[in-house]
Amino acid sequence: MKSICLYFQLHQPLQLKRYRFFEIGADHYYYDDYTNEEILRRLVNECYIPANNTLLDMIKTSGCKFKVAFSISGTMLEQLEFHAPEVIDSFKELAQTGCVEFLGETYAHSLCSIYDEDEFKQQVKKHSEKIESLFGKKPTVFRNTEMIYSDEIGEQISKLGFKGMLTEGAKHILGWKSPNYLYAHPYCKNFKLMTRNFKLSDDISLRFSNWNWDQYPLTAEKYISWISSTPDTEEIISIGMSYNSIGILNNGYSGIFDFLKALPYHALMNKVGFSTPSEIMDKKKASDVITCSFPISWADEEKDLSAWVGNDLQHEALQKLYAVGERVRLCTDKALQYDWLHLQSSDHFYYMCTKHFSTGAPAHYSPYESPYEAFMNYMNILSDFLQRVDEQYPTSIENEELNALLKTINNQGSRIVELETEIKKLKKNATKKTEKK
Amino acid sequence: MKALMFGWEFPPHVFGGLATASYGLTKGMSQQSDMEIKLVIPKPFGDEDTSFLQIIGANTIPVVWKDPSWDEVNHKIGNIMHPDYYYHLRNHIRYDFRRIGTNELGCINFASGYPKNLLEEISNYEAAASVIAHAGDFDIIHSHDWLTYPAGIFAKQISGKPLVIHVHATDFDRSRGNVNPDVYAIERRGMDMSDHIITVSDLTRRTVIEKYGQPEHKVTTVHNAVYPMEDRDQYKKIERKDKIVTFLGRITMQKGPEYFVEAAHRVLERTKDVRFVMAGSGDMMNKMIHLAATRNIADKFHFTGFLRGKQVTEMLAQSDVYIMPSVSEPFGISPLEAMQVGTPTIVSKQSGCAEILNNAIKIDYWDIDAMADAIYSIVKYPAMYKSLREGGRDEVDRITWEAAGLKVRAIYDKILG
Repeated sequence: MKSICLYFQLHQPLQLKRYRFFEIGADHYYYDDYTNEEILRRLVNECYIPANNTLLDMIKTSGCKFKVAFSISGTMLEQLEFHAPEVIDSFKELAQTGCVEFLGETYAHSLCSIYDEDEFKQQVKKHSEKIESLFGKKPTVFRNTEMIYSDEIGEQISKLGFKGMLTEGAKHILGWKSPNYLYAHPYCKNFKLMTRNFKLSDDISLRFSNWNWDQYPLTAEKYISWISSTPDTEEIISIGMSYNSIGILNNGYSGIFDFLKALPYHALMNKVGFSTPSEIMDKKKASDVITCSFPISWADEEKDLSAWVGNDLQHEALQKLYAVGERVRLCTDKALQYDWLHLQSSDHFYYMCTKHFSTGAPAHYSPYESPYEAFMNYMNILSDFLQRVDEQYPTSIENEELNALLKTINNQGSRIVELETEIKKLKKNATKKTEKK
Repeated sequence: MKALMFGWEFPPHVFGGLATASYGLTKGMSQQSDMEIKLVIPKPFGDEDTSFLQIIGANTIPVVWKDPSWDEVNHKIGNIMHPDYYYHLRNHIRYDFRRIGTNELGCINFASGYPKNLLEEISNYEAAASVIAHAGDFDIIHSHDWLTYPAGIFAKQISGKPLVIHVHATDFDRSRGNVNPDVYAIERRGMDMSDHIITVSDLTRRTVIEKYGQPEHKVTTVHNAVYPMEDRDQYKKIERKDKIVTFLGRITMQKGPEYFVEAAHRVLERTKDVRFVMAGSGDMMNKMIHLAATRNIADKFHFTGFLRGKQVTEMLAQSDVYIMPSVSEPFGISPLEAMQVGTPTIVSKQSGCAEILNNAIKIDYWDIDAMADAIYSIVKYPAMYKSLREGGRDEVDRITWEAAGLKVRAIYDKILG
């Protein structure tokens, strides 16, 4: 029996405020609170709450046959906890049905899997802990930021105890293979890979309300018929998209909610089921291995990293940022840690993308008027951040030396106790000796 | 297709941006094999490049019948016009222009550039145009800028051929809104009488539609371009300790020089290793020197005076940032020239060229903070400099006069049906 594996991604970066260079060193608050709250409100009211309610309804009316997975970045969860705790409650309710799985992510929706291995491990762990504390279960399947994947990343994730990973069904990786099978990592044999069917995913997220599309309007019946008409051996239909496809990219009036609601009925009529990624990875065996030496992502036509690390601007910003990774991890300053995470959000680098200049394709969504402006603003903020990192510990000390010094300082309490007991012992010995005399 | 163009200036004798644009456009159009261009300008010097078009000096067109000998004509104007053509034109004098002062050849002595008696020159130019119009042999009339609109209209009335006017600037740009009624009247009449209007940017197009009451369908934008600079590799940037930020142009109200000084002050508050250069001259120069002194940045702020020819390119090539904070600029070719030599460029959003540039920073002319921030970023962040330098150069190389010429040709074809 075929199963649809549907998963949604939730992330919204904290937008940076207009930060001029003369504020460097004077102003350490980087976020545009008004905009951020406004964006979040809209997401909550038009997407998260109504969509969560719809999904809950679908699970209940289908008798738990409908299943769905979410990957929510840690920074997003923090924002929700702070501004919209009702959404967290609603996700908890979804979690309790047992039909919903929460996937692993990088905590800050960052590109650390490419730039900073230690940071990557730390963020994945931090995110797992966050998910466990909120929804009671540790994630077992991982979905990286922007679905970035390579053999190397797969290996790291496998070592962190995940059983599999979701990634893009990029044509240059799959070749003649279909995305609708379960695959395995080339050398971590037990590590499984599910590849996104981007055609069927984009049909919903990008084309659902496009009047010029020859398949418009898309009905649940038609959609399921496409799925059931795939060859019988193709059993896994992995459909992933950003959650704001439901209610924002396709607004409420487009009929997207009714489309979703009608999915389980038509699916079950056509003997198509629903599964969560971990169910599939537990039950099914991998049909083949796929090798991926260079990182892929789910972006654009190229399905590579060029949208985030494609030009000199992005390269410089990322280099400067991750150069201090080790040092920031040694700090305990809460505010610094907070900014460190938020400055890593992949979106900041996406805004610096200049690809659309030459291709003539429409510019990506960006709060900035041009990639250059995005870079200027980010670099000003980053300069201030780097200054703060420097102020924590003088740059003249090497990381290793610093680490050793910090160890000494942190252990000084226990060391003092240790030494005191030794002094006592010696004193006792000394008194004993004098007594003997 | 034969076009009769009326212009006012032509390189190498450059008084304003019009010369460069006239040269570029005519050269771009001359790439079309069936295109023949006659360009009338008031006073050619004889050293113009006539390899791709015919230049007719209005000061060599007889408007009053005189009978000089062939040798005399050849001696006096032979370097500009063939004596046979002089006689040919003389046969087409139809009106009595004896009220106008003429020389012994029956021609009007035009001053070059923009003399004090400009309005008189414009009407004399009209007289010269009438003779050319009677001589005929053209399909379409194309007038560049308001000075030549009356000539274009007269030629249209005489020949019945359609008139295209090319708006390189309007008086609203030059005066920050306080238009001269005489100039406005000439501009307005030119637009009303034309068959089609070409503007150099959408910004100018809006002005023409809104302030001159022209119907939208009659106005088309053809953005200017820039000619490839063959010798650009000879300009090597010398590495200096201090970065150089340059303003280049007439120091007048229209160009927004005071915003540049204020932005310089903002930048110098934070960082010391930047120098600012204001190149050019104009009626606000002394005021700017005073302002720089008041802001206490005179040690880092330099004035060069008027630069010409190669000096301009050299200055642009040696700069780390070029900035054009114009309050109102119909197009503005100089940012394109700066980008050609690889200098990162900042332009105001109130400039027409901002419409077609991606690899330049765009700011509002009044936004001193944004301007200062952009300057700071370019001199402090190497990736910013490198991206703008390389991206800008590539981008400008793709903006060609040939393409602009094809757009103008399409307009000709449309009105000629």
